[in-house]
Amino acid sequence: MIELLALPYWQETSIKLGLALVVIPTTSLILVYLFLFKMMAFMQSRLGPNETGPYGTLQLIAEAIKFLQKEDINPAQADRRVFRLAPVVVLASTFLLYVVLPAGPDAVVQNLDTGVFYAMAVSSLSVLGILMAGWASANKYALLGGLRAAGQLIAYELPLILAVMGVVIQAETMNLQGIVEAQATGEIFGIGVIGNPFILTQFLAFLIFMIAAQAELTQTPFDMPVAETELVGGYHIEYTGFRFLLFFMAEFGTAFAFAALASVMFLGGWWIPGFDVDNNILNILGPGVMLGKILLVAFFIFWVRFTYPRLREDQLQKFAWKVLIPLALVNIVLTGIFKVVF
Amino acid sequence: MTTTSDRDQLAYISSQAADARVNVELNTGDMTLNIGPQHPATHGTLRIACRLDGEQVIMAEPMMGYMHRGYEKLCEVRTYPQCTTLINRIDWLGSFANEVPFILAAERLMEVEAPPRAQWIRTILFELSRIANVALFLGDMGVQLGALTPVFFAFRDREHVLNQIEAITGGRFHPNFDRIGGLKDDIPKGWIEETKSVMVKMRTFCDEMEDLLVGNEIFQTRCRGVGVIPADVALSYGMSGANLRASGVDWDLRRDANPGLAWDQIDWRVWTHPDGDSFARYWVRLQETREATYIVDKLLDGIPSGPIMAKVPRIIKVPAGEAYISTENPLGEMGYYIVSKGELGPFRVKIRTPSFNNISVVPWVMKGVYVPDVITILGSLYFILGDIDR
Repeated sequence: MIELLALPYWQETSIKLGLALVVIPTTSLILVYLFLFKMMAFMQSRLGPNETGPYGTLQLIAEAIKFLQKEDINPAQADRRVFRLAPVVVLASTFLLYVVLPAGPDAVVQNLDTGVFYAMAVSSLSVLGILMAGWASANKYALLGGLRAAGQLIAYELPLILAVMGVVIQAETMNLQGIVEAQATGEIFGIGVIGNPFILTQFLAFLIFMIAAQAELTQTPFDMPVAETELVGGYHIEYTGFRFLLFFMAEFGTAFAFAALASVMFLGGWWIPGFDVDNNILNILGPGVMLGKILLVAFFIFWVRFTYPRLREDQLQKFAWKVLIPLALVNIVLTGIFKVVF
Repeated sequence: MTTTSDRDQLAYISSQAADARVNVELNTGDMTLNIGPQHPATHGTLRIACRLDGEQVIMAEPMMGYMHRGYEKLCEVRTYPQCTTLINRIDWLGSFANEVPFILAAERLMEVEAPPRAQWIRTILFELSRIANVALFLGDMGVQLGALTPVFFAFRDREHVLNQIEAITGGRFHPNFDRIGGLKDDIPKGWIEETKSVMVKMRTFCDEMEDLLVGNEIFQTRCRGVGVIPADVALSYGMSGANLRASGVDWDLRRDANPGLAWDQIDWRVWTHPDGDSFARYWVRLQETREATYIVDKLLDGIPSGPIMAKVPRIIKVPAGEAYISTENPLGEMGYYIVSKGELGPFRVKIRTPSFNNISVVPWVMKGVYVPDVITILGSLYFILGDIDR
């Protein structure tokens, strides 16, 4: 849509930048409000967060003010520069993820040909920030948390990418818009009314993707780097106030981004049955459709988070290397065979 | 009964030797990690000094005394009725159960016996405080393993039990209701029916915990085979209560050495588990909580009529002598050794608390486990800080 307006490059970029600065914090707020304050509160029968202001909305503002007014503490032994940089690195990886997420035929910050590859690469940047935080805090608990996060990344980036490979093979493109189009124009047994959401053909990949994303987001049952009851917060144990808020926003922003990736790759993205793929009206309706699908996926992410206990680090590694990666490889082989045969 | 075989020990020693060789070659030093005194898994101020090799614990040593309040000494300068106020606060989650053995010991010295009705109500309150106490453990174990939800269910449902305790004693946490020779008051009107409906709720809670945790694959992988305490080790460390029964020792003071309460009047069973791991400890406690609700139900059906107070003098002087009475408290064997010189207060009180002995097994059981397992084992041993440092 922005291309239609034919603005100069710098104007276009600043509009996109402004949008990104509004959209990303909003997405974390939506997730925190809907799932942390509402869903978790109802699941755990602690109804306090529902009572502040109309529908509990003031709770968000109260939390934000609480974080902002806290003292910014740097531990005496900490490596000050790295300590301060770490939350910014984590948040930057979240911001970079949003670059390729499409919400309509033209509603995308940058339509990269290697969108999937870019998203996977950028999402793993956050672990760098976590390692930095863990090391620079000069705290043993933080160090253990940071190292666990690094171990987890190596184990879980692989199944994540391998799961996505199935989708890429089937769509014959790495472009996220191309993947949406492939699903919109696809057919299941000759019926093309709802297109071909890849969750139907790539269900195994979807499951692996969701499990690996859970580990990538350090959500229960894979939240060993944080582990409140063992490592008392892990890598962010020494962070207070605004710096902790950055970690917090990054966590939920990335959760939103991964839910968006899952809905683009497996649930058909912004396309609505009955419309042409390049219909301009989808630029208006697309974001709404995407939001609906994202919230559906995020619901499952948080449902699991609030229900399951956490695994031990060695059990997690075993699960990744012995179950998820072989399954993902099988999925790729099967997808390849079906692609060649049909 | 499970015992460590020679083969297991040899395998363990050789694996340790292999690890040590790698450490010498790579020159990896170990790290001291203080778990506590301020740590969410220690429920207070227990400190566990661990020496870590990576994430593996080489040596763990519990350090107690951060919350020592000197109750044994304080009891010496108080009269017998005043002592129960202090004793309430030893195991603060099951307060009423703390009072009973002390009062029973004093009664034995005075040679009075509470009337049957008082004994039955005592037993009911004893079991209610067991349910209130252990219910919290059942939820809290989930939190130790990362599942947040169960503990909120536990707090929600424990409230019903506390309401019943409050209805009869006037205190939610520290009833201070037991008197030498009986009880302070009789039960209020309608209490029996209400308690029965609460027991139904608690059984539903136990079913919920079974669905949420016991049946959960992740919970099982985290707990099964973690922190195995064989029966002989458990006995040699003086462990008691559910921790001992989870190691396969069929030993319950309520059945084996009943000091006169109403447990022998009804049918109930003692639950044991042969494994001795964290899962067994959780499972045994879950079954015991459910059993306790049935015990309360049966006791409520058969409360005898009569007075609730025996004839005792207004000013209580306990004749000279010594007595030791222990009961099966929510955490294990709790006993009071009272020495009296015939005065208003005891000359000396020795309090034997279960958590102190249960936690002493920590250095033995935590050799070679991973850091997350430290939390699992601590959680499953289930101690109350006030019960360790009294």
